[in-house]
Amino acid sequence: MPKSKTVYKRSEGLSLMDNSYCPGCTHGIIHKLVAESLVELELLERTIGISSVGCSALNYDFFSCDMQQAPHGRAPAVATGIKRVRPNSIIFTYQGDGDLASIGIAEAIHAAHRSENITIVFVNNAIYGMTGGQMSPTTLLGQKTTTSPDGRTKAHGLPLRIAEMMATIPGATYIERVSVHNPQHVAKAKKALKKAFSIQNDNKGFTLIEFISTCPVNWGMTPKDAVDWAVDSMIPYYPLGVFKDATEGEEK
Amino acid sequence: MAKVLMKGNEAMALAAIKAGCDAFYGYPITPQNELPEYLSKHMALNGRVFVQSESEVAAINMVYGAAGAGARALTSSSSPGIALKQEGISYMAGAELPGVIINVMRGGPGLGGIQPSQGDYKQITRGGGNGDYYLYSLAPESLQEAVDLIKESFDIADYFRNPVMIAVDGLIGQMMEPVTFDNETPKWELEPKTWAADGNRSNREKNIINSLYLDPLMLEKHNLKLKAKYDVMRDKHQRYEMINVKDAEIVIVAYGSMARIARTSIEILAEKGIKCGMIRPITIFPFPDKAFRKLQDSVKNILVVEMSTGQMLEDVKIANECERPIHFYGRVGGIVPEAEEVVSQVLKIIGGEDNA
Amino acid sequence: MAKGQIFIETDRCKGCALCTFYCPVHILKLDDTQTNAKGYTPMVTFDPDKCIACGFCAIMCPDSVITVERFIKEATK
Repeated sequence: MPKSKTVYKRSEGLSLMDNSYCPGCTHGIIHKLVAESLVELELLERTIGISSVGCSALNYDFFSCDMQQAPHGRAPAVATGIKRVRPNSIIFTYQGDGDLASIGIAEAIHAAHRSENITIVFVNNAIYGMTGGQMSPTTLLGQKTTTSPDGRTKAHGLPLRIAEMMATIPGATYIERVSVHNPQHVAKAKKALKKAFSIQNDNKGFTLIEFISTCPVNWGMTPKDAVDWAVDSMIPYYPLGVFKDATEGEEK
Repeated sequence: MAKVLMKGNEAMALAAIKAGCDAFYGYPITPQNELPEYLSKHMALNGRVFVQSESEVAAINMVYGAAGAGARALTSSSSPGIALKQEGISYMAGAELPGVIINVMRGGPGLGGIQPSQGDYKQITRGGGNGDYYLYSLAPESLQEAVDLIKESFDIADYFRNPVMIAVDGLIGQMMEPVTFDNETPKWELEPKTWAADGNRSNREKNIINSLYLDPLMLEKHNLKLKAKYDVMRDKHQRYEMINVKDAEIVIVAYGSMARIARTSIEILAEKGIKCGMIRPITIFPFPDKAFRKLQDSVKNILVVEMSTGQMLEDVKIANECERPIHFYGRVGGIVPEAEEVVSQVLKIIGGEDNA
Repeated sequence: MAKGQIFIETDRCKGCALCTFYCPVHILKLDDTQTNAKGYTPMVTFDPDKCIACGFCAIMCPDSVITVERFIKEATK
């Protein structure tokens, strides 16, 4: 084999354990971005990740940093508890739309309200995955799930735009919505995540990155069709972009 | 030993600071508000953490996080607030996390009232959350005892790696009494918290704080490991006080403020030539059943007195194993029984009017 | 001539096929003559010479199953 340079390899931020996600679930990509960001910013050793409850509940085994598993919806509170006593640590919570947008929305809002120096990795796949495909607060109108069998209607409530909502919280420092539906967007998503972790590292307050993600099994699609559906149906309702950047204008 | 006149809630707050509490996370609820109010000033003065959270649910989860990172964490609340914390408390027991929870009980159920009550005994001693777990639960009867037990409670929590509850009621929270913070309290053999997920991994593998075990065999092993802790609590760490029980013909069983009041009843009865004693549980979990085996044959009746409709009563029946007739007297709604009420109840029992 | 080479941990692949869509030179496919240790149909390169070592396959792989190496041209003397 002629001399070569490694262009891509598995991140040290990930543990050696295979993740338990369904084939093609983009949770896996998002995990890689979290791990790669922490390694590249040299923050991994000081990091404590907070797993929530959902498909990603088991990810305390998938990252190679210290981890705590939090009750459903309470990860931002657990993160607050840690960061206050260990201000030198780097904290991320990893939460799905059921965990954050439904049962844990108060904890998310109030962590932003207090401008806690934590980073929330919010994975929006418009469904409860772990429990078998129920409707979540970000399920789209018309989207069929096991608890909106005929498609979501207004009576089920109109889907919540979390990034926009969180951006209205005065204490929030940086809020961006990103996607991982192709290599270019994966690169942009990683940039957003690294910015969030850097803002946290500089103690400039609360950061949340919302990832549009997929659920091939519960959406009843192949992995690639699921990615396409996310692009065609979710992104129009959940536009990508920066919704708040309180660090704008500061010299780098 | 300098004594200072303080309100119960504030004395308990200062006791936590003296115990090396690193962080307090709480939420307003009567009748414990002076505790977080005091800490909102004094934690900062001592370079420690104070957070008023958005709810009791958030508060207990902050305690979970801080404890998981190796800190000494405290929360306080009252009855309905403690009800909201139950899931978090169960997670702490499941993840083997230390922590101290002060419960200044008030009337229930539901919004209930803000006057004193002992109506949460079962929630405290049976574990109000899901799964097989218990809290080492201490029930002081005075501000001084509350201060001393709180100072010790952080050691107990760290020793067992399990939450500890301080169960008081509104009386103790709101009452003022002279207290000293200089009493020597028992020191427990504590291990360094090498298990903590505190993000400084300079020389160790990663740590995980978790209570999820999908493999039943693993969860069974874990459950049995937790059970062993509770068995040690039951075997070696029951705490109680036996008052005036020698040759007593009747014994009162009461804890916390109710025991304080019963002390006066015992004095009144003594003046009437009646030998009445008391078993005063200090731990309500583990319930001090050993005390009952120390009762002499002279004791013909037991009178349980609570500010509830009878909850510790059940533990007394279990401990008594049908040895003696058991009577009950309680006031609820926030009404605190007078010493004379207890006296007249005893007289009825001795006079054979109240057959259990 | 290939600009690089990819290494696949075949037994960890879940056969999700995402990589096959993102490879700009379309040299990846699921090898349905195989079933890997996890019981999935693993991905394989069927025309490695065309590989341009862009890394897109590895970037899009949710399970970090692919490692990409880019050849370094030796300075011709």
